[in-house]
Amino acid sequence: MTSTKNINVALIGNPNTGKTSVFNQLTGLNQQVGNYPGITVEKKIGFCKLPNNIKANILDLPGTYSLNASSIDENVVIELLLNKTDKLFPDVALVVTDVENLKRNLLLFTQIKDLEIPTILVINMADRMAYKGISLDIPYLEEKLKTKIAVISSRKGHGINELKELIVTYPEISTEPCLNASVIDPEYFNQLRKAFPNQLLYKLWLVITQDVNFLNLERNEIRGSFTKSHSELKRLQQKETIKRYQFINDVLKQGQQIDTAVAKDFGSKLDRILTHKFWGYVIFFFILAVIFQSIFEGAKVPMDFIDSTFASLSSLASEKLPPGILTNLISQGIIPGIGGILIFIPQIAFLFLFISILEESGYMSRVVFLMDKIMRRFGLSGKSVVPLISGTACAIPAIMATRNIESWKERLITILVTPFTTCSARLPVYAIIIALVIPDQRVFGIVNLQGMTLMLLYLLGFGTAIFSAYILNKILKIKGKTYFVVEMPNYKLPLFKNVAINVIEKTKAFVFGAGKIILAISVILWFLASNGPGTDFNEADKIIAQKYKGQPISETEFQNEIASQKLENSYIGLMGKTIEPVISPLGYDWKIGIAVISSFAAREVFVGTLATIYSVGDTDNEDTIKNKMQAEVNPATGAKIFNFASGISLLLFYAFAMQCASTLAVTKKETNSWKWPAAQLVFMSGLAYVVALAAYQLLK
Amino acid sequence: MQPTIASLKKGEKAIIREFDVEAIPLKLLEMGCLPGNMVELLQIAPFGDPLYLNVNGAHVAIRLETAREIEVDLLKTDF
Repeated sequence: MTSTKNINVALIGNPNTGKTSVFNQLTGLNQQVGNYPGITVEKKIGFCKLPNNIKANILDLPGTYSLNASSIDENVVIELLLNKTDKLFPDVALVVTDVENLKRNLLLFTQIKDLEIPTILVINMADRMAYKGISLDIPYLEEKLKTKIAVISSRKGHGINELKELIVTYPEISTEPCLNASVIDPEYFNQLRKAFPNQLLYKLWLVITQDVNFLNLERNEIRGSFTKSHSELKRLQQKETIKRYQFINDVLKQGQQIDTAVAKDFGSKLDRILTHKFWGYVIFFFILAVIFQSIFEGAKVPMDFIDSTFASLSSLASEKLPPGILTNLISQGIIPGIGGILIFIPQIAFLFLFISILEESGYMSRVVFLMDKIMRRFGLSGKSVVPLISGTACAIPAIMATRNIESWKERLITILVTPFTTCSARLPVYAIIIALVIPDQRVFGIVNLQGMTLMLLYLLGFGTAIFSAYILNKILKIKGKTYFVVEMPNYKLPLFKNVAINVIEKTKAFVFGAGKIILAISVILWFLASNGPGTDFNEADKIIAQKYKGQPISETEFQNEIASQKLENSYIGLMGKTIEPVISPLGYDWKIGIAVISSFAAREVFVGTLATIYSVGDTDNEDTIKNKMQAEVNPATGAKIFNFASGISLLLFYAFAMQCASTLAVTKKETNSWKWPAAQLVFMSGLAYVVALAAYQLLK
Repeated sequence: MQPTIASLKKGEKAIIREFDVEAIPLKLLEMGCLPGNMVELLQIAPFGDPLYLNVNGAHVAIRLETAREIEVDLLKTDF
């Protein structure tokens, strides 16, 4: 077995060095994305065939500027590199650097070298060297840095085979550190060395300086006698950083030549426009408008297609399969359930497409720069813009994206208000209700009323997020210095392959993650709607027959009466009836009540629930969900259930309510306390109820 | 008064002097914002804050409050 064991290769590097492109080049689509146990840091592992029949697990570690961790993403890197017993502990580390930022990128490299793991230096973006007038003396650099160097361009796919060949030679790669950082305080480090002769000196230093979760015992033991005050440690870390930069500067003075006469600087021209005090904002809002417009317009056709396909599939199943419970489950539970999941794909894919293009191109950092001062007035950071924009796809990755906000207060506020942004799970709810209650008309010949309503709902989401942030900023008493350091990466044309893989991975994760819940809930709902206690449900046909005795009634009407009698007295019907008094002031009947309850864990379940409820007992299944909802009337008054007032009330309810268990879970994880998700739930859902109530009472 | 990064004009270059480590985030040091290195002010955001710098070849943006903590010696630009 040992001969077939895969070797472990870790990809390490600063953000914006094209590390993920290298990962994609090495592994293709052969990757698995998961989470590290207990934390929500994304874990990406891929597989790669190397020369000589060697197979490798490629681990794409989160981007980090150094081994001085300041976020849980970065902790992951240190924890793995310090733990030799981890089954992913690398046999060889690839430090990916950007040839244009070699100086800064090498800082991390020198730290990794101190861990005495075989390390290859990957100099990426080599295609930019001529453009920027950069030339490198590779043999000199290899000698000084005590490593092997692969010069590649992950963008053009150059040098990937050479890199693979180099990885195979890992047992021969030097594990010697390239500089001696302990000279910053020789006395201290000598004592440390004497006390722990079997341990790596740099590892000890990291254990002392970092708040890494693991090795607690070991750390207490080490810290006991070697404690230093926080400011002493920071001073030493500064000295260490200076020492490393001195070494790097010396090496690059010889090993790297930059001909500034040749270098072209297109980026600074672009910066002048994109961060312009007027045009910068115009461009930003134009881009946002394009994104939202295309999500609604572009996704419409495939969504309608999916909707009608599943409606006809459902009726096909009930026609062709032998009648019985199993057929009902398939045609009324499972097929509408799956349809309710798949209908998401177009919009989510569009959103992730735009977000990954903005991030890949380097434009997102300019937005952060442009918006910081404005956002700070509301207690947010310029970096909050990224979560707020990603929140339009899904609040979960958005909340995780707050990790690079340095100030705890700004970060906490961002986490708390992000769920107000219109996430893609709200879209199907909005889409169907807008289609029902807002006329499909154009005003002034160009503005589509339905599209405008959606745009307003997006603005409402952002507006509420910003306003809540302002309030929270006044209420929360959190002291602490606010730091803000943001790298402004070079502009790059987004790589199709990276964007495509990102879109596929994110959509897949979302659809499967949400899909499991939706499918399970659909089946449970179907069961609860098809069964009920007592004679009102079980003898529905007799009761209806009794009721219409002697009256002329067609067979279809008769069957429909039975079906609605059954639904009303089924388990789910009784649940809906129970909460009806609470929700009827909002304009909802018990069927909507069921949908509100079942979508408590995930908003997108709303549409699926209504689909299931209206399908149960329905004799002709080919109608779409929309038409079925359109036809719903209040049996007492004959008025439409989905009218303007109840529609607006529902839209507002879903705009504000915290109907997402996953968001609550991720808030708990990121804030390490139940207090904040509880506050989110109470505040958001309370606000939703009040606003929906007011809207319905005013409009009805 | 000793100039700081905050008092630079757009396009001006300077050399970073010794500063109080406590006031500066470690991340900024790691980006190459260290005593003796060169800093150039590339852009000022609308409303005067944050500042977009080239420090030791790295492009970073920092807030005014941090920039005020970093004293510099101006480099005379030759024309």
